[in-house]
Amino acid sequence: MAIDTTALGPSRHAENSASIVQKGIARRYAAERRFRLYGMFAILFGIAFLVFLFGSIVSNGYTAFVQTSFKLDVPLDSEVVDPAGTRAVSDLRNADYTLLARKSLASLLGADTSSRPQMREVGALLSRDVDVEIRNAVLADPSLIGKTLSLWVLASGRVDSLMKGQLDRELPAAVRKVSDQQLGWLDKAEAAGFLAKRFNTGLFTAGASSNPETAGIGVAMVGSLFMMLIVLILSVPLGVAAAIYLEEFATKNLLTDIIEVNINNLAAVPSIVFGLLGLAIFINFAGLPRSASLVGGLVLTLMTLPTIIIATRAALKAVPPSIREAAYGVGASKMQTIMHHVLPLAIPGILTGTIVGLAQALGETAPLLMIGMVAFVVEYPTTPLEPATALPVQIYMWATSAERGFVERTSGAALILVAVLICMNLIAVILRRKFERRW
Amino acid sequence: MSTSVIVLGLLIAGIVAFFIGSWRASASTRTSKTRPHSRPGYHGGYLAIWTALPALLVTLAWGGAEFSIVRALVGADLPQNVRDLSDAEQSLVTSRISSVARGLPRLSAEELKLVERARYGFAPLADAQRVLQERGVVLGSAPEPYVITAAYDQARYTNISRWLATGLAAALAALGFGYAFSRINPNLRARNAVERVILGSFIVASMVAILTTAGIVLSMLFEAIHFFRYVPPFDYLFGTVWDPRFSAAGQAGSEGQFGLVPLLWGTLFISAVAMFVAVPVGLLSAIYMSEYASRTVRTVAKPLLEILAGIPTIVYGLFALITFGPFVRDAGGTIGLDISATSVLTAGVVMGVMIIPFVSSLSDDIINAVPQSLRDGSYGLGATQSETIKRVVFPAALPGIVGAILLAVSRAIGETMIVVLAAGIAANLTINPFEPVTTITVKIVSQLTGDLEFNSPQTLVAFALGLTLFIITLGLNIYALYVVRKYREQYE
Repeated sequence: MAIDTTALGPSRHAENSASIVQKGIARRYAAERRFRLYGMFAILFGIAFLVFLFGSIVSNGYTAFVQTSFKLDVPLDSEVVDPAGTRAVSDLRNADYTLLARKSLASLLGADTSSRPQMREVGALLSRDVDVEIRNAVLADPSLIGKTLSLWVLASGRVDSLMKGQLDRELPAAVRKVSDQQLGWLDKAEAAGFLAKRFNTGLFTAGASSNPETAGIGVAMVGSLFMMLIVLILSVPLGVAAAIYLEEFATKNLLTDIIEVNINNLAAVPSIVFGLLGLAIFINFAGLPRSASLVGGLVLTLMTLPTIIIATRAALKAVPPSIREAAYGVGASKMQTIMHHVLPLAIPGILTGTIVGLAQALGETAPLLMIGMVAFVVEYPTTPLEPATALPVQIYMWATSAERGFVERTSGAALILVAVLICMNLIAVILRRKFERRW
Repeated sequence: MSTSVIVLGLLIAGIVAFFIGSWRASASTRTSKTRPHSRPGYHGGYLAIWTALPALLVTLAWGGAEFSIVRALVGADLPQNVRDLSDAEQSLVTSRISSVARGLPRLSAEELKLVERARYGFAPLADAQRVLQERGVVLGSAPEPYVITAAYDQARYTNISRWLATGLAAALAALGFGYAFSRINPNLRARNAVERVILGSFIVASMVAILTTAGIVLSMLFEAIHFFRYVPPFDYLFGTVWDPRFSAAGQAGSEGQFGLVPLLWGTLFISAVAMFVAVPVGLLSAIYMSEYASRTVRTVAKPLLEILAGIPTIVYGLFALITFGPFVRDAGGTIGLDISATSVLTAGVVMGVMIIPFVSSLSDDIINAVPQSLRDGSYGLGATQSETIKRVVFPAALPGIVGAILLAVSRAIGETMIVVLAAGIAANLTINPFEPVTTITVKIVSQLTGDLEFNSPQTLVAFALGLTLFIITLGLNIYALYVVRKYREQYE
């Protein structure tokens, strides 16, 4: 059996490399599977973290939407409210409504109204701001004096945490700071139906307060709203105008190059630097008031501008040349072509970019800390020049506050902020889907 | 009239002029035989621009200059001992004068008489304070007679200036209107003129970006130079101790130490941890999304990961503070590690998660830009999919990915809220990731919140830190762009 080695050579060689490939193939397929697994793991990691984050905020924050209250029938004794009988506003303002509320609660609980320690314990169940609600009702309608006012008043923060199960009932009384007597009263009140957890409207309407139970984000939301309006009014015209110039008119020269590099860099400048700019230029140099939403709006405008410019340029670029050529063909000038034909077709893209930019601005905190919006604002600001605070800043202030009762409010406010932002981004996505045109 | 009222008036005048102009143009078209050059609306715009624009510009310039001119005039009349005061005290006096001047027009005749008597010593100054207080002017102490005098002057000068501004604006508007109205005829090239003005406004708008950058650089530089008068740049850049001594601020010999090194170290350390999380996860998820994932997985997972990008940083910070920090501490406790709740690890991991979508969306674009022919060639040689990705796609996309990572680093360095809430405030030079450190951004926030006195190194250092931050991030961004441009493979 003569073997033709010349014929066999390559085939043996082929057999050899094929077997090498065969040998390695299991290992290579295993590597392939591993690589796929890494990718899957990476995505799962991201999603797991998202779930963890949302789970943490929701589980910490959902209780902020209800608040424990007592239903009281407060007899507005004219002896206490208006001893002089003049109905003078200053008298009505200074009356001891807390006493009335305490007495009313004490009688409901069957406590001894003549015993001081008992009255103190009854008083500790009520919010420290309980007088405000009654006072406002009386000031709004002085004819109530002498009658019995029936209303829900807030319980103290400690009672609230107890009712929500955040404070362990089994703890010794000295630690939980609610006496056994108070605990008995609370159980009785709950059974009798004049102690209940009700929807927390105060969270949405109230301003800053040192008592957690009466603190809310209403004032902060107004501040945020002012700033968003200023951002919208200023950044959209400026951003669109700048984008039109850069995309449609600018000839390539040093100046436009500088502008372009500039805009790209501004988009990547840390937000806190914009805050320093606002502090140095708007407040120290131009003399605008600190903590004003005008300054905040201006700073956020500067931050949002690059986003809007970049989005508008992309939208303008997406309009096909045929549109322009048709307009030129019927004798339109360049400006007419852009303003009458190109810009209207780019509006959906501009709108999407604007909403995304506004959402970024709404969630921004750091620059607002620099311009003094870390303020304890109780009253609603009526003009952009008045001291205001913003929703994310309010979250920051609550998060750093030492008082335990603010934890659920912090998470509740964060939940609201995230919900608003997700809604804005959803609207942007829907708009893009709806108006997206393929040319 | 105040500036805003004048501006409003001019805008209304402009709108009226627009309608007059269009009406006038269409009327003259009807009577003349020549075909008009521009449509009536452009004539309206022409007239409106001539009416409102020059007057508006002058009014705004006037409004900007008025305050400082009036202040200079008032300041010149102050008694010598007041003018000898330090800058800070003078600005206090000026703000007192301004608030009294704002209050004066609100007083009734009787109250005004009282203030007047107090000014010349016929009534107690406390009475003047009380009267002003009732009208919403809150003064820390009773106004000195010279404050009242100056306030009267200021009110008078402001009044004069307002009248002058109103008159000037009205005159300019009338002149502009007259000139433009007389020029309206069918041959007027109104469209060209209007378009030039619009184009000019576009150019001005695009300058805002430059002005912003210039504003950032100049304001930081100015205040930082101020700071370097107290602290030598060398001590700032290479000092290893950060101890600003807030409590002793202002006292002689208690300057404090402002060493950048511990802050820079903290910043870089946390950013490194963040990158350690964000780069592998972001890259791998981008690769999986673009190369492996089925359509359904992509439509579900991609928006979910993008939600991570939409969550504001304060919420991440809150999460790190109330959940993740304690979680890490407890987890460390069970395996016998002593981890503090605010630590490099906590802040770094949470920041890394925040940056994942940033890395993955940028890498996604870059990976998709690698041409299919490269992949096909690799498959043709018998490579598996992962080998193709690792040996062909990844090297081709590398410059872009490096650019993306550099941009992510610059974002991590400038991130504020997460580190403010989760990294700690003690300036530590440590290599233990379980200990708290502090960063540049944290110190900017802590030096500038609270009551400010603007001429102490304690607050001015924030601007030096801001400048440092700006330079670092700017350098990273420019270098990222350079890397991308230089190493980009040119396909096609």
